Formats: sequence, C-alpha cells, structure tokens
Amino acid sequence: MNAFRYAQAHDAASALATMASDPGAAYIAGGTNVVDLMKDDVVRPTLLVDITRLPMRGIDTLPDGGVRLGALATMSEVADHAAVAARFPAVAQSLLLSASPQLRNMATIGGNVMQRTRCAYFRDVSQACNKRVPGSGCAAISGVNRQHAVVGGSKQCICTHPSDLAVALLSADAIVHVRGRSGDRAIPIDRFHVLPGTTPQRETVLERGDLITAVELPATASARTSFYLKVRDRASYEFALVSVAASLDVRAGTVRAARLALGGVAPIPWRSHDGERALVGKPANAGTFAAAAQAATRGMRGYGQNDFKIALAQRAIVRALSQVGAPS
Amino acid sequence: MSGLVGAPIDRVDGRLKVTGAATYSAEVQVPGLVYGVMVLSTVASGSVARVDADAARKAPGVIEVMTSANAPRVDTKGTGGGDRTLMALQDDTVRYDRQPVAVVVADTFERAVDAASLVRVRYVRAPAATSFEREPDYQPQSALGADRHKGDAQAALAQAAVKIDQTYVVPAEHHNPMEPHATVAHWEGDRLTVYDATQGIMQARRKLAAAFGVPETNVRVISKFIGGGFGGKGSLWPHAVLAAMAAKLVDRPVKIVLSRPQMFGSVGFRPHTMQRVALGAARDGRLTSIIHQSSAQTSVFDEFIAGTGMLSTVLYGTPNLLVTHRLRKLNAATPTFMRAPGEACGSFALESAMDELAYATGIDPVQLRLINDTNTDAEGRPFSSRSLRECLRVAAERFGWSRRDPRPASMRDGRLLVGLGMAAATYPTHRSAAAALVQVRADGSVVVRSSGVDIGTGAYTVFTQVAAEQLGLPVERVTMELGDSTYPNAPNAGGSQLTASAGSAIKLAALDARAKLLALAGGNAALLRGGPEAIAALVQRAGVAAVEGTSDAKPGEEQKTFAQHAFGAQFVEVRVDADLGTVRVVRFVNAFACGRILNEKTAKSQYLGGAVWGIGMALLEHTRFDERSGRIMNANLAEYLVPVNADVPAVESIIVPEDDPHVNELGVKGIGEIGIVGAAAAVANAVYHATGKRVRDLPITPEKLLA
Ligand SMILES: Cc1cc2nc3c(=O)[nH]c(=O)nc-3n(C[C@H](O)[C@H](O)[C@H](O)COP(=O)(O)OP(=O)(O)OC[C@H]3O[C@@H](n4cnc5c(N)ncnc54)[C@H](O)[C@@H]3O)c2cc1C
Repeated sequence: MNAFRYAQAHDAASALATMASDPGAAYIAGGTNVVDLMKDDVVRPTLLVDITRLPMRGIDTLPDGGVRLGALATMSEVADHAAVAARFPAVAQSLLLSASPQLRNMATIGGNVMQRTRCAYFRDVSQACNKRVPGSGCAAISGVNRQHAVVGGSKQCICTHPSDLAVALLSADAIVHVRGRSGDRAIPIDRFHVLPGTTPQRETVLERGDLITAVELPATASARTSFYLKVRDRASYEFALVSVAASLDVRAGTVRAARLALGGVAPIPWRSHDGERALVGKPANAGTFAAAAQAATRGMRGYGQNDFKIALAQRAIVRALSQVGAPS
Repeated sequence: MSGLVGAPIDRVDGRLKVTGAATYSAEVQVPGLVYGVMVLSTVASGSVARVDADAARKAPGVIEVMTSANAPRVDTKGTGGGDRTLMALQDDTVRYDRQPVAVVVADTFERAVDAASLVRVRYVRAPAATSFEREPDYQPQSALGADRHKGDAQAALAQAAVKIDQTYVVPAEHHNPMEPHATVAHWEGDRLTVYDATQGIMQARRKLAAAFGVPETNVRVISKFIGGGFGGKGSLWPHAVLAAMAAKLVDRPVKIVLSRPQMFGSVGFRPHTMQRVALGAARDGRLTSIIHQSSAQTSVFDEFIAGTGMLSTVLYGTPNLLVTHRLRKLNAATPTFMRAPGEACGSFALESAMDELAYATGIDPVQLRLINDTNTDAEGRPFSSRSLRECLRVAAERFGWSRRDPRPASMRDGRLLVGLGMAAATYPTHRSAAAALVQVRADGSVVVRSSGVDIGTGAYTVFTQVAAEQLGLPVERVTMELGDSTYPNAPNAGGSQLTASAGSAIKLAALDARAKLLALAGGNAALLRGGPEAIAALVQRAGVAAVEGTSDAKPGEEQKTFAQHAFGAQFVEVRVDADLGTVRVVRFVNAFACGRILNEKTAKSQYLGGAVWGIGMALLEHTRFDERSGRIMNANLAEYLVPVNADVPAVESIIVPEDDPHVNELGVKGIGEIGIVGAAAAVANAVYHATGKRVRDLPITPEKLLA
C-alpha cells in the first residue's frame, strides 16, 4: 500500500472536479474493494475522493412499481428494503448471499457493480495480467484457474466478474444512472460492463471520473417472479463458483418473458440471450428448462480446473428455473 | 469448593481477552519502537540479482532497508526437529515463494508499508521443483524415516480374502490462526528481549541465542497470549530473527507483524501428502495386513516429517504391518506441525480405507472397528489405558447410528441425499521434562510460574485449578504466570503435551509447597485446611515473604513399558445436493477418552475446534500452488477457505471417563489435537454413504461430486 491523499466531496460537481484535478485520483465509497486492492498494491491512487457525503443514499419506490437505488445505498439497506424484496426478489437474494453482514453494511450499490475481479493473478502484482498491466500476458489461462471464465473470455483475459448483485440486476433490466463531465446518462445494465477482448483493462463503458448516482429497477413483467441461486464451496461468505438469476413471466403455463443471467462464468455478469430464447413461448416445464440450460451453455469452454463450471452452470440453471417457473 | 479440578470453570483470562486487556505480541509497545515490514520473494527458486531500495530509502520516515548486503551475520542453521533452517538474508539464494529478501524499517507502521511497496527486486530464476508428482521419493534419515515391519504385510495382503488398496491425498494447508505472527525485538547491549507469538519460549530462546552467538541467559522471550498457534507457532521463524537483526542494525527496538498474505510465507504449513493404504482382511473382517506408505513434501533445504502412518501401528491389531515414510523435496517453504501433524492426514487415509473395507466385507463400520480392537500396539506393548470401544459405543448411541441404512444413496431428505459416516481417532500421549515454581505468599495468595505458553487452550485456567486443588485454596487466590523464559523450564505447547508436562510439574511443586507448609504447621494437617487465612498465618509465622515449592518433573520408565495414547470416535451426518455437488455437515457427535479431564469446558472447546477444523479439512482447505512458478495463488482468507459459522452444525462432544494411573502425575492425556483426527474421514465416509462416490483426495469440492 502506498501513501495517498484524501479529500471529501460534498456534491457531485465537486466530486467530479476533484477527480479531474489529479490523474491518480479514485473514488472511494464503502472502501471494501478499493482499499483491499490498495493493500495488495494492485491500485495505487495518489488521491482518494470520498463520495460518502453525497446525497445519493436514498431508496425510492417509483409509482410505476419500480425502485430507484441511490448509488450510496448500502448492500444491507437494499437487501432489507421491503419493496425491493417484494418486487425484485432476485436482487434482494443476491445481496443477502454476498460477502458478510459487516461488509454489506459498508459496501455500496455503486461500488458493487464497479468491483474488480478476484482473479488471483490480477490481485498479485508479481504475476502477468493484461488487465493490470496491458501487454504483460494472462497467467491464468494455464494457471490456477478454477474460478475463471468459461465464456466471454479472450486470449488476453479469462477473469470472472465477482458481483452477485450485477447478475441479479441483469434479470431485472436495471438502468445505471451516471453523471459525467458532459452531463447525465442512463446505461442499461447489460451494456454497462464490457468484454475483455484485446483491452481487458477496460471493464465498463464509464469514462474516468464518471460518477454512478443511482441504479434504477424498472417495473417489468417478470421481475417479481425472480430467483437468485448461488453455488459455492462453503455455505456462506464466498464468491460464486456459478450463480444464476432467473426471472420468468409465465401465463397459462407458457413462458411469456424471461431473463436468464449467470455469474461466475464470464468476465462480465453474463446475460444469456440464447437461454432466454429457448424459454420464451415454451411451456414452463422441465424439458424447456433443460433445453434452456443447454442453449445457455453452448459454446462454453473450460481451461482445466474450471471445466466443471459448464455442467454446474447447466444444473444450476435448471434448478433456478424450476424454482421460479414451476414451484412444486 | 468451586474450581476443583474437572470443574467447568470459566477461563481465568477470559475477561482480559474479551475486554482487550490481554496484550498480544503485535500489541507490545516499548519506548523507541520502530516498525519493520518484510519484502518477500515472488519466485520460488533462483537468486536475488539486485534489490533496488533507493526510492524506499528516500521515502518519509524510513530508517533503514535491510538486505543481504547490510544484514548482520547470524547462524540460522537448523538442528532438526522443530528447529528450522531459517532464510534470514544471509545470502542471495531464493529457495521458496515468499522468502524474505528485505526488511524496511521506518518510524511508523504505515510509512514502513509504503516504503516496502517501493522496493524493487530483480531475480535470476533457476529451475524450481514445484510438482509433487514429478519429484522422487527419498527416505529420511531421522527416526520417523525408518520403516516399520511386522510379519510380512505384502504376502499377507496378496493372500487376503478381502483387499482394499487405494491412494489418498491431502493437499497442502495453512494454519491461518486469527492472530498473525508477530515479534518485538529489543537489544540492551548484548542482552536481547523478544516478545514473540510463539508456542515455545525456551526453544525460541535457544535458537535466538545460537543465531546471535550470545549465552541463552542473555535472551529473554515473552509470549503471554496467543491467538491460535495450531503448530504454526511451534518453531522460531525467519521474521523473529529478522526483527532482532533489524533491531541490531538500527539500534532501536523493532516490531514485525506479518500480514495475512505473509502468513503463507515462512511460517510453515501442512505438507501435501499422498498415502497408499492397503488392507487385507478375512471375510469376518479381521485384519490380516495393514500397509501404510506415505510420501509428503519437504523443502529443498530442510526436512520436516510428520508421522502420517504412525496411527496404523496403534489403532487396530494386525499380524502383518508395513509403515513407511518418504519425502519429496520441493521449492516451497518448509512444512511444519499442524494440528495432529501425522494423525490428521493419516486418519483420513486409514479411516477411509476402513470404511471401504466395511463395504467390501459387508460389516458395519463400527462393528469392523470393534472386531479389530487390540490390547497392544504393533510392538506388543500394552496400552496404559485404551477406551476406543467405549468411545465408539457411546458416540454411536448418541448419534443414532442404528437408524443408518448402510446402502449408499439410500437415505434422503427431500431433494437432498443424507449420509452418515464415522471414523475412529487416536493421538499419542507425549510428555517432556518441566519444572515449576509455586509461591505461597504471606497474604495467603499464591503465584505459580512456568515458562509454558497458553496458546488459547486454557492452560492458565487448568493450571490454576491444579495448584488450587493441591493447596486446598480457592482458585481466586491463585495467580498463574506463564510465557516468560525467566520462569521455570517448560516444553513447547505442542504435541498436546503441555498439560502433561508443565501441569504435572505444577502439581509436584504445589505438593512441595504443601509439604513445607505442613512442616511449618508442625505436621498438623488440619491447619492447612483452614483456608487462606490459616495458610497466610503459617507463612507469616515463618517470617518469610513466601514459602516456595519447586519441582523437576520428567517422564520415566512408563514411556517404554506402555503404549500411551488417547482414543476417540467421530460421527458425522451430511446433506448432499447431488445436482450441484455441495456438501453440508448437519450433525457432528464425537466422544473422546483422554485420561483425566481438568476442565470440562475448556476440554470441550478443544473437541469443538477439532471438529470445525475437520470440516474445513474435509470440504474446504487447500493451498493452491501454481505449479509453473511455485507461487501460492490463494494467500488470503477470501480464497483460502476455512469454515464459517454456516458450515458448522451443532457439535456434541462426549467426555468418556478414563482413569490412567501410568501416564503422568495428573493422569492426563493431551486433548488439543485428537479432535481433528478422523474428522475428515468421517465426513468423507458420510459423503460416500450419501452418494456412493468415494472421494480420496481432499477437499471434497463440488467438481469431485458432479462427475
Ligand atoms: C471478503 C469479501 C467477500 C466478498 N464477497 C462478495 C460476494 O460474495 N458477492 C459480491 O457481490 N461481492 C462480494 N464482495 C465485494 C463487495 O460486494 C464489494 O467490495 C463492494 O460491493 C464494493 O462496494 P464499496 O462501496 O465498498 O466500493 P469501494 O471499494 O468504495 O469502491 C469500489 C470501486 O468502485 C468505485 N466506485 C465506488 N462508488 C462509485 C460511484 N458511485 N461511481 C463510480 N465509481 C464508484 C471506486 O472508485 C472503486 O474503484 C466481497 C468483498 C470482500 C472484501
């Protein structure tokens, strides 16, 4: 960890300005990710801009049935919010299955979707990692890669995105509200994170200094009937080996709308359009769910230690869809 | 009287600990203290070509950067056993990942951390032995390296009606105690005071004196509280010597506290161990042959060997036996003791194989163990006491073993598969020489001293109880002082031997004090029963500040005439989600017979801790080395998984009463390690029962059950 300066921002404008004043500056919200990475020397900001005083902590229910989560709302606050639990069960579940109560009390929604990969090679500055040092190589591809991606990776990077929440947000068609130097933007969550390709150092569509102000959960046909399944080695306090967020709108036994998203399998929270297509218009039954699991995992490939994730993802998809689509 | 031996009294140091008043080594403050932060190697083999410390030296607050170029010369050769060869900046060779290559010393901890992050080290890499599979076995020259033969185990196996012959693997695991290793070193002239998080004061003193070439009496080692040792603090490690070297170099007291990633460096771990266990048996289940052959990793520069197969000489009777231990040299740090070093691994293999034999013979696993119970060890020595049968019986009954349908995958709880498994446990009863001092003071208070260390097991408490009982005083009157090398000699708090050793010494010293008091009372024993006031009056009348009892307690002939071991039984129930491959332990019942129990509460805490760790060993723990580089890739508590509360069910521990007149003056057997023995096998056996899948390499993770 390096010595650094610290500044407190009091409004969005001053936060943006302070960020712009120092090319080595970084925002800090709950600090549970950025401080960790500083301790490992993975990031070495010269200035930390504390945004926790900004008025972005509220959780507002919207008249149309949606909910707007302030970027500084903590994971605990969102998980415990009655409207979130009722209208977006997968979102609440994903949060309650994340980290530990202590971390959830500190960590924020904005920080959560921005958190960096747990890839051991990214987090170890002695190792080759294209994300940390572009062009240095990817040590994970033939290394300790049990936690790594089976889809969406590239020759440059096969990391996984660690956020549970972001996977659930995909199942809810969430919108990320951002304030930047040139004004405000609304970014659908499935366009927020970007695949590594040849530029694994770039993880989201945000520009340097952009500030997430809120995450909006719009009212959708399927979000109320959603479920988040997380598979991991230990019973609690671990990132996902594989996770599934599924939401289904089933009418008269037929799937009208579906969202199927996977965690732990890709460098970004992974939305499976193929899986969704295999569901829509089909009867909500075991055969359909199995077909969706096949479709969603087609083309996945392992790198040795993580081969099992493909079969695990299939089974987890079937389980999650059965849970939400055909409550037995 | 409250606090009599055996009573489940609260820890006498509990209040200090929960209020934060107990000072751990990392918290020690001395005037003028400065802070050292180690820089560790990032390659496993080669040499340091250059340490670029210019930026670090110029960073604010930096006093010195110690490298091999300016480090004081010390003698850090190991002499075997728990005495390790220490890599302490004496040359430029690198032999393992995370070997110390520099120490940055600054006026504050934060500045030392900042400066350490500026040090750049260039290496010349050399080929590294990083693959256990590729390295050859060699036979160690130490006592444990000698093969143990009885009869002709190979021939008996070949002729056996029923055979099991399998290989079991336990991966490298790290201790990860909550308290990090920490040392404060302080020189006054050629006298050295060291506060070290160590399980062995006297060993640390000996080693430090040898390193710096000063008499042992010039070195004082203090270790008042330990937040978990588990064997990892049973040796003196490089950072302790480096702290004393740095203190010499900058001529100020220096503190070094390890970070969590550094806890995967030079402070030992459980070695990767591969075991072949072959069992031959008659159709009635009687064993005719046991072959237990272990290969484990050691470092390229030092030797550590755990007696992985030794429990096979003890647990069951067999006319034919072969036990061998081999090692393979890897470019990794030297492994070390970790809770039940040999038995934890060995029991996973032997007790899994016994379960396989139970299925092969169609005999109930508990019954199979009863059939093979024995009155002597492999050398034919009788046991000083042995209560395995009783442990199996009471634990099986409490657990409800009789409701088990033995057919694999036959029991369900809704969607989940139910598995019931068990294993037997044993651990040797060790003892070393120890002395103690008991001072009965003129105010009727008692001070007891031993250099033994309470590593969190409750030594302060049970020793207080022992002294109070012998003197007929309430425990509140007794102050136990431990963990200082100026106190009477005691061995390491390791090998589950401290209570047998130092506890016996305290009992004898208390008896000595009592005899002196009795003399002062003119032989009138009634006077000694008058409580603190009466005893105070006796001391006052003698005109001394205190009546002192001393002792010199040691093991004797009984060590040769008897096989001395504790025994136990572990019963586990699991739920397996067969679709997802996840295993959760839902019930854990164990029973142990460990001689006399001095405090039921602290004893059960040890059994509970063993069960928790056993669950971790079975399902979670695995140090993951990158075989290309020898680097550990999960050196943190997010990816090195230990059980959390949600992984731990109610654990019920049963104390089986046992009277052993032979082992030592207290009649105690060690209780600190046996709790983990057999636990992983019990879980693995339960997983087999639930699924029909036999996992022979730990941990049992989802991928192994999905296939
Ligand atoms: C031991 C451990 C276990 C964990 N387990 C899980 C788990 O199981 N599942 C899971 O999903 N997560 C898990 N986490 C991760 C945790 O959820 C994240 O660390 C947390 O959500 C980050 O939020 P924060 O407010 O602390 O972010 P910070 O650490 O403050 O910031 C993280 C990043 O986001 C940026 N940032 C923060 N707020 C904004 C904003 N408003 N606009 C723009 N940029 C911003 C910061 O600059 C920084 O780069 C775990 C973390 C730990 C330490």
